[in-house]
Amino acid sequence: MAQMVETLEQQHKTDETALITGSEAIAVACKLADVDVITAYPIRPYDTVMQYVSKLVSHGELDCEYIVAEGEHSQFEIVKHASAVGARVFCGSSGVGWMYAMEALTVTPALRIPMVAMVGNRALDDPGAFGVEHNDALTVRDLGWMLVWVDTAQEALDTALIAYRVAEDRRIFLPCAISCDGAFLTHSQALVKIPAQEKVNEFLPRYNRGDLLLHPDNPITVAPQVNEDWVMEIRRQNYAAMERTTAVIKEAYADFERIFGRSYGNPFFEEYMTEDADIVLMGMGTLSIPMKVAIRQMRKEGKKIGFVRLRWFRPFPAEALAKSLGRFKAVGVVDRDYSFGSPYMSGVVTHEVRTALYSAPGPKPPVLCFICGLGGREVTLPDITRMTESVYQAAEGKAQPLTQWIGLRE
Amino acid sequence: MATYVNIEPTQNLEPFKGVKKLPLEEYFTSGHRTCQGCESALVMKMMVKAAGPRTIVLGSTGCMYVANTTYYSTSWVVPWMHTQLGSSGSAALGTAAGLKALMRKGKIKNEPINVIAFCGDGGGADMGLGAISATLTHPDYNCLILMYDNESYANTDIQLSGSTPWGANTTFSTPGPAKRIMHHRWKKNMAGMMAAGHPTCRYVATICMSYGLHGMNSIRKALTIGGPTFIHSLDPCPKGWDYDPIQSHELGELAVNTGVWPLYEVEDGVLRLTGRTQQIADKRIPRQPVRDYLLRQGRFAHFTDDDIDYFQSKVDEMWHKWLIPGAIPFHKEIEADNPPA
Ligand SMILES: Cc1ncc(C[n+]2csc(CCOP(=O)(O)OP(=O)(O)O)c2C)c(N)n1
Ligand code: SF4
Ligand SMILES: [Mg+2]
Repeated sequence: MAQMVETLEQQHKTDETALITGSEAIAVACKLADVDVITAYPIRPYDTVMQYVSKLVSHGELDCEYIVAEGEHSQFEIVKHASAVGARVFCGSSGVGWMYAMEALTVTPALRIPMVAMVGNRALDDPGAFGVEHNDALTVRDLGWMLVWVDTAQEALDTALIAYRVAEDRRIFLPCAISCDGAFLTHSQALVKIPAQEKVNEFLPRYNRGDLLLHPDNPITVAPQVNEDWVMEIRRQNYAAMERTTAVIKEAYADFERIFGRSYGNPFFEEYMTEDADIVLMGMGTLSIPMKVAIRQMRKEGKKIGFVRLRWFRPFPAEALAKSLGRFKAVGVVDRDYSFGSPYMSGVVTHEVRTALYSAPGPKPPVLCFICGLGGREVTLPDITRMTESVYQAAEGKAQPLTQWIGLRE
Repeated sequence: MATYVNIEPTQNLEPFKGVKKLPLEEYFTSGHRTCQGCESALVMKMMVKAAGPRTIVLGSTGCMYVANTTYYSTSWVVPWMHTQLGSSGSAALGTAAGLKALMRKGKIKNEPINVIAFCGDGGGADMGLGAISATLTHPDYNCLILMYDNESYANTDIQLSGSTPWGANTTFSTPGPAKRIMHHRWKKNMAGMMAAGHPTCRYVATICMSYGLHGMNSIRKALTIGGPTFIHSLDPCPKGWDYDPIQSHELGELAVNTGVWPLYEVEDGVLRLTGRTQQIADKRIPRQPVRDYLLRQGRFAHFTDDDIDYFQSKVDEMWHKWLIPGAIPFHKEIEADNPPA
């Protein structure tokens, strides 16, 4: 940490490289974004980000109101209100902590609060498990949160800056949660390019609450009682804001590339070895790491298989994804989540992919769901081989179960 | 010694010298649709009159949200924002923290702005207790949490809360032939709890807007003293208490004069009984029997004489046995002990 603080001191003009975890990378982004109010509450694995924030504050590296709340509900309510008076805010949680904040998470997009939060994805209780599952962040998928999954510390840092830029755009004013897989990303160190402060300042304008600012100079009444008279029109405004996110995200990534000289290609999903692929597997977050290893291995055996990593879950890139997936003979979606009782008992990501394909004009390859890696269970090479085999069978038109649990004890 | 509390100056709001000296400006005006005789609406009006125009108000869900902010006819002249039922503490803290950060970092003009978050008894004494408690431990933020206590979850149709008096008829505690007293929990001692439990909170007070000037000056003191502060207001509610709206003011007086609702303030750890409560304690005026207060309200209409006696005995206990009458409900063991035989 001390080392990190030192590097931060010299970095105003030039990019620096540091060996940091995903959580630390997000804390560095908070410093670079000059966040005004941050609230913390302990829960593994996200809490590491607040440990780094606390050190940045005590070392004089980050000038913010840093408040340790008495629970996640308050944690999110405090920053919600700070944002309403014009402060740039940061918050976060994991697993049941995120669920404890649910009421606050509900009103935040409704109030058009551009909060940026980190979710250190974690299995929901009970039973206790610290490892990654995506059900926590996914619970807010219908509420107006932008949701993005990242797979490296570098991407975590960069995406946090992009998230502020998009969320605080007056055309948007919606919150954004950055999902980082517990342990695999939150606690794993990697070399990260820390961009120069001047570049960040160019990329990220100051948060301007504008006409929605709560201040005696702008004495508005926020969130009045509207009832059936107006609630539909107001919901429709949120709908329209979410509709605009796709274009604004594209703009932000293009500017990111121009200013920082690094590119993420298609902002919404990453494709790995798909050009000539017959079938693809897809999923979100750090699943990409074992997947890419397995695919390289299987390619040596002559199997033409690729991987699609979905980055932005909200907005869901339905058209582009359907177009891309239409190129393959079959698709296997790896869900690090569950949706008990849902159609075909599949996982959440599978449902979104199937919905996207169903209404798309192009070909509709079969989509299999693999529930795998729950609670942080490792996704192994044999697991991936099994999934691949099944997807190949589906590609050949052989009936396969629509939902399969992989890596389960027999 | 080093200073550990990092606080910005507040507005210096001198006490009003009399009713005739009150400013004419209103910051809570027409447009609301509370019941006739709603004392909580009066609290809102007096609260912002006392605070003045450089104020931000946060209001948690309840009658004072639902009835006061109908879209396109808001009654708030000052900036106002809804907060969740249990979030008054967090709303006050977040607003104050946001303003403070922006002012310190030169992002907005540095000036004292009052931050007031209000909540009902349900939102405050029940659901929001933890958040209010947390906020009162943060010495660095200037904000006032005002709990308007109409003694029920009124907006949802009068259900009992932790602040509803013993025995009251609410829609969750309607008396019946098998059980006359459905609600047999004693009212939470919210202001005392806030004062005793948060030693660095510089100001806690109880008020009742039947004594308007007293209430407004408490609010001004709470906003001037610095740091987080708490005020608990008892508000007669014609709908929930079931009486003719014309009697609201009088019922507030009766609550104080029967000793059911003691008025006091705790300023920097010093407790002072105030207003009529001080006069009762000094025996300058008698404490009226609670019967006079209870029988004026339909919510106690099912009370028998025994019920009234029980209620009276509990109020007497509060005055005679509590370590600090009305505020701190501990008894000195030594007094209660029988001498050894
Ligand atoms: C989390 C949550 N639970 C329940 C409600 C329903 N609700 C709305 S107003 C209200 C009553 C609040 O009572 P109180 O705080 O005493 O305010 P009053 O209505 O009496 O003014 C309730 C329970 C809500 N808005 N939010
Ligand atoms: S129910 Fe009571 S608190 Fe609510 S508006 Fe009517 S009088 Fe006021
Ligand atoms: Mg109430």
